[in-house]
Amino acid sequence: MAFQSILLDQPEGCRERSDCPTCFSDLNLDQIVKAVTAGKEEYNLQSFFYAALNEENAILYRQDILKDLEKQSVFSILQTFANQMKEVRKHVALSEKLYYHYSKEGWFLQAVRIYCNAVSQLAGSLSAAELHSDGLKNFCTYGNDVIRSESFQTLQDTAERLNSDLSAIQYCILIRGNCVRVQKSESEPDYSQDVAATFEKFRQGAVKDYRITYKHEKGMNSVESRIIECVAKLYPEIFTGLDDFCTKYSDFQEPKIRDFDREIQFYVSYLEYIAPLKQSGLEFCYPAVLTECRDIHVEQGFDLLLAKKLLSSGSAVVANDFELNGKERALIISGPNQGGKTTFARAFGQIHYLAALGYPVPGRSAKLLLFDRIYTHFEREEEMKNLSGKLQDDLIRIHAVLNQATANSIIIMNEIFSSTTLQDAILLGKKVMEQIRRLESVCVFVTFIDEMATLNDTTVSMVSTIVPDNPTERTYRIIRKAPDGLAYALSIAEKYRLTDSCIKERIQL
Amino acid sequence: MKVFLMYRDRDFELKKELPWNQEALFQDLELGTLLKTMAQDDEFLYQVSKEAVFTSLNDRESILYRQEILKDCMANPDVVRQLYTLSVQAQEAPKGHYWGTFVHFPNAILDSSVEVMSVLMDILKSIRAVGDTHSGAFVSGGFQRFWEMIREELSDDYFETVRQHLKDLKFNGGVLISAELTEGNKGTDYVLRKSAQTKQRWLERLFGTNAPAFSFYITDRDESGMRALSEIRDEGINLAANALSQSTEHVLSFFEMLRTELAFYIGCINLSEQLQHIGEPLAYPDPTDTGERYHCFQNLYDVCLALTKKESIIGNNLNCNDKSLILITGANQGGKSTFLRSIGLAQLMMQCGMFVPAESFQAGICTGLYTHYRREEDSTLESGKLDEELGRMSEIVDHLSPNALILFNESFAATNEREGSEIARQIVRALLERQMKLFFVTHLYEFAHDLFVHKTSQMIFLRAERQDDGQRTFQLAEGEPLKTSFGEDLYEKIFCESKQGG
Repeated sequence: MAFQSILLDQPEGCRERSDCPTCFSDLNLDQIVKAVTAGKEEYNLQSFFYAALNEENAILYRQDILKDLEKQSVFSILQTFANQMKEVRKHVALSEKLYYHYSKEGWFLQAVRIYCNAVSQLAGSLSAAELHSDGLKNFCTYGNDVIRSESFQTLQDTAERLNSDLSAIQYCILIRGNCVRVQKSESEPDYSQDVAATFEKFRQGAVKDYRITYKHEKGMNSVESRIIECVAKLYPEIFTGLDDFCTKYSDFQEPKIRDFDREIQFYVSYLEYIAPLKQSGLEFCYPAVLTECRDIHVEQGFDLLLAKKLLSSGSAVVANDFELNGKERALIISGPNQGGKTTFARAFGQIHYLAALGYPVPGRSAKLLLFDRIYTHFEREEEMKNLSGKLQDDLIRIHAVLNQATANSIIIMNEIFSSTTLQDAILLGKKVMEQIRRLESVCVFVTFIDEMATLNDTTVSMVSTIVPDNPTERTYRIIRKAPDGLAYALSIAEKYRLTDSCIKERIQL
Repeated sequence: MKVFLMYRDRDFELKKELPWNQEALFQDLELGTLLKTMAQDDEFLYQVSKEAVFTSLNDRESILYRQEILKDCMANPDVVRQLYTLSVQAQEAPKGHYWGTFVHFPNAILDSSVEVMSVLMDILKSIRAVGDTHSGAFVSGGFQRFWEMIREELSDDYFETVRQHLKDLKFNGGVLISAELTEGNKGTDYVLRKSAQTKQRWLERLFGTNAPAFSFYITDRDESGMRALSEIRDEGINLAANALSQSTEHVLSFFEMLRTELAFYIGCINLSEQLQHIGEPLAYPDPTDTGERYHCFQNLYDVCLALTKKESIIGNNLNCNDKSLILITGANQGGKSTFLRSIGLAQLMMQCGMFVPAESFQAGICTGLYTHYRREEDSTLESGKLDEELGRMSEIVDHLSPNALILFNESFAATNEREGSEIARQIVRALLERQMKLFFVTHLYEFAHDLFVHKTSQMIFLRAERQDDGQRTFQLAEGEPLKTSFGEDLYEKIFCESKQGG
């Protein structure tokens, strides 16, 4: 099959979207995208992140490409190519920005040379590399067709010849007062060496370097330009050839090559982002995609953004396991505050979304749902102003979610109904969960309400844990077990000597 | 061009690392007095003298090389001082020019270098003239080489070549620069060129009709154009400016080297004049090879004491050839420390090529001079003081190699006599076995007596003389260590007499 795009194997299908999915900010995916694409703004990669795939084949197409790219030999081929193409753009931009005629043309010529070299080198290197993915293999074939084409060959040959002609030019300038005279060079002796030789006998030890370092602008000033105009008159054939070249090849880049350069960065950027995490011992895996059942399973998953932050501050990253079996559809997360509940919920969403982009995900192994959409409902600071308004707002939003969600949707709710009484919260929570149970959507529900944890046989209770001896210390480990809020309360009370017996002891009758 | 008046084949570099124990040597040998006399209030002379004195030569030939040059200097002090003055003048040549200061334009760098170089060339001509007149009076190998070098390198032809360069570098005929094109068709690699042909034909060729050439003018109004042009011109002369500036620096360092090396001899002349003034003798020492045990001298006096007192003082005569341990005992204020100091000073002076304060002096070259003096200052804590002493001793041992010369002055007395003696005995025995040469002034009778009892041929025992009337002669003579407690002597004497009487 002819090469289409490195992001999709089918000509139809959506590889980029302009609008950001609503779940992005709740799951911190917006920050992840920002971090992954940092320094690569010129590629405008965000829109690729907004288009999650919902076909297994499309995901596998990307996973295969990424597996190829994880080989350092292949990865460095593409890094080289990317750097060269960056140079091409820089040179073209420079050529457009500059003022003087021969200056513009000179930089344009360099842009073409770098481009030709980049494409030839890429096609050659990929042919020699061991590739397994359809995507890269197809592109390799395409690239070799390009460089063998007559038009490309002519372009490259002409550029090289012009360049060597120009580099061979040697000229002399005589500056006398305000008069400048330019002519061809005739091997006059180097006078500086002559001076140095005369005083050679005095040479003692090392001396200061009196040379002034000139910072050369890329462009020319008026005098340089006028000198080059004189040089052009001394070598008219070469400079006419340059003029013709620049007119003829103003649009020299193959569109598909240019797209490839941009799209491959979707992979490169992510691999670069996770490389230090992998190096520190965190594991990533290519997830299996679940289309039929809901037996979601993740071993040692973690929040990608938080892991990066912890790593840079030298702290340990806590990874968690989770799974749903058979009829189970919902993970109910409870336990002490600051215990990693929200992080857990985010990681659940992130891992699913990253998988839908075709990426390897945080975790030792993963089986994930091929979702149609991720709905999130996280509490937000700005909504705390008006309590009654917030409850109403919560319900409206949940209603909207429940109207749209399907059995293939993922719903992540974090501390909703915190703005009402416990009785209300329990009641509303139970109702919402019942709805979700009927929809058969997969759900993560972070709550402070223990009663929610054991609603029915589709829910799984998971609890954030503490260090038994020191209740104020968090493990950030979320484990599958019934809520034990009381145990936690007891231990922390003991620490402050506020348990039943402690208080009795302290207050003597 | 090299000066080579300090070493036959290398420069005398200032600010080299001085021996680690220079502070101790300075203090123990009272070198300040010697150096101040050499310097005569000239800071530079002081610095050079100090570094020369501390940088000992370790072979006979190098020492004699300097001695010969020193003899030339002593015979021609006026010529040497004239050379020195010229070298000082040369070093002041850059003053008043922008040369060497923070300048950003090759043009300015070049112009100031041309100016400074012109001044330096005039001074070199003066040195040539001095040589032409006086070189015949110099007989040392070092100075003969020096004058020959001046004659050969600084010929009239050479001065003419330099004059022409300094004239050409003003570029009255314009600046010719070659260039190539680099990325973006920008001129690069600007190299200053000179036609091999005469100036007339060069201009003819350039402006003539044969070679195609194109030219343009920059109008006076076009300020940015003029600036851009002068930048290209500057880039063209950048390397030449660098070459001339570096050459200027090299010529200046030649003068600096000349000044530095002469400074040592000027210091020696100064010292000899002072000693002459107070009527003290000097001798050119006879250094013998490392490992040979020579120490034989006539009227060796403490030069610092003489300079301080400004009068002739009594020296010592001694022959302790073949000796490795010279143990000195005797009365307080009997001249022991003065003697020890005169040994150390003579050794340092001999090994830097100087004359020594004596009528004659012969000694073996040592691989290093070390002093271990009892330090008076921290006498508060006895045990702490012994720690300190042993610490210093241990540091010395870290640096020793065979045939070093070590001067002990009342060492290891910071504890009781028995302990001190045992420590001293063990140290001395070990050092002798390791082929060191030791001068040891001590009051430790047990230590000295024990050595005397087990005396070997490599030991000699000296005693500060004390005449019967209690007067001190400040001279040392060979003699058995005595118990220094004269009270006990008196007691014993009375008892013996009374026994005899009884």
